[in-house]
Amino acid sequence: MKKIGIQQIIDHVAEMCIEANTFLSADMMEGLHRAKGSEESENGKEILETMLCNFEVAKNKNIPICQDTGMVVMFVTFGQDLTIVGGSLEEALQAGVAKGYEQGYLRKSVVADPFIRTNTGNNTPAVIHYQVVAGDGLKIKILPKGFGSENTSALKMLKPSDGMAGVKEFVLQTVETGSPNACAPIVVGVGVGGTMEKAAIMAKEALSRPLGKHNPLGHIEALEDYLLEASNALGIGPMGLGGINTVLGVNVEVFPTHIAGLPVAVNITCYVNRHVEREL
Amino acid sequence: MAVVEIKTPLDKKTRKKLRAGDHVRISGIIYTARDAAHKRMMEALEKGLPLPMDFADEIIYYVGPCPAKPGEIIGSAGPTTSGRMDIYTPELLDRGLAGMIGKGNRSERVINSMMSNDAVYFACVGGAGALLQDCIKSVEIIAYEDLGTEAIRKIEVEDFPAIVVIDTLGNNLYETERKKFTNKLWI
Repeated sequence: MKKIGIQQIIDHVAEMCIEANTFLSADMMEGLHRAKGSEESENGKEILETMLCNFEVAKNKNIPICQDTGMVVMFVTFGQDLTIVGGSLEEALQAGVAKGYEQGYLRKSVVADPFIRTNTGNNTPAVIHYQVVAGDGLKIKILPKGFGSENTSALKMLKPSDGMAGVKEFVLQTVETGSPNACAPIVVGVGVGGTMEKAAIMAKEALSRPLGKHNPLGHIEALEDYLLEASNALGIGPMGLGGINTVLGVNVEVFPTHIAGLPVAVNITCYVNRHVEREL
Repeated sequence: MAVVEIKTPLDKKTRKKLRAGDHVRISGIIYTARDAAHKRMMEALEKGLPLPMDFADEIIYYVGPCPAKPGEIIGSAGPTTSGRMDIYTPELLDRGLAGMIGKGNRSERVINSMMSNDAVYFACVGGAGALLQDCIKSVEIIAYEDLGTEAIRKIEVEDFPAIVVIDTLGNNLYETERKKFTNKLWI
């Protein structure tokens, strides 16, 4: 039976938090270069150039790309035959976040109580979603989520009769209202179906799908293409200052739902779209 | 693109000359404040207490920086979303605040208050925290130290890059620029 010690988990999580906040992923880099090439707005071009320049400074100085180093969201896929040695998996994951945010000089942005609002001092707790699967693997996906974009996200319980047209309208409305504040060009994660919380979790995880990779279902791929083109026709552009690159990608996930419902969640993230994944 | 060099503090004459769309480089002292500092300032005003500083002709930068690495004076320091400060901003504009630096649109109430107080709103590139950190030459916490990243800091900046997005006449780049690129075939 495979065993993993908690220290190994703590160290990996700490490294992943720092990596996600300091280095841009290859898919986002490619998407932003493509945007810069196609952008028609002078402001937009200059803004995209500044963004690309900022990645270089962050990499060279080994400091965070953005000061909002986020609240950490994790997707953990846990093989049921795996044994964790030395403590609990949850505690190890949280300790890894605390270590990474301290060692990496990342901003601690989490407050303990949403009303009293005292900073917890180590950026924990992270929001962790677990999936238990067959086997003895451990896959950890980390998405430090900035709130400039998180605040522009939305969820709506549509009626089955609203159908595809209703989903399109709600996603575009959310993009139109949110993207000037969310550090466009944004990435849009959409979850359709399931229950209220299932839709929201799918929308979040959809953000970690590499840019340009489509949903394998034909009608969902077509929906992704439509939403991307329609969003970029809004004219909002980089940082909302005009242009044809408002959205870099739309990733839609679907799940079976109830005969009475059509839940839709839209999770928006900025052009940095931090996501790092490791298999231990 | 022409760049306007401006120095703080910003008097009304200088503010009135700036137009939405101008690219500027700001040098001099500016002050950081975001959600929690604004809230605390408003609580002070409600109790009839003085604000920690005189905002006349000064600029507030909406930022909560990262901690400084050893050998640095501040960590990454890009703008946060300005709209969350909308409910507090007119109070400060009425006390002479010259301008704000942040990202994203402002409410109609803030824009009206900016017009009557001859104030300017600048945006800089969100997320460009590492690049903007380079423009910060000195840092001093002047109030609410217990708020950590949200404390009020007096910072000296050099050639801090920003764009005038709402000017003293209420011209708003978020509205004018978007119209130029909206594809009407789709809308």
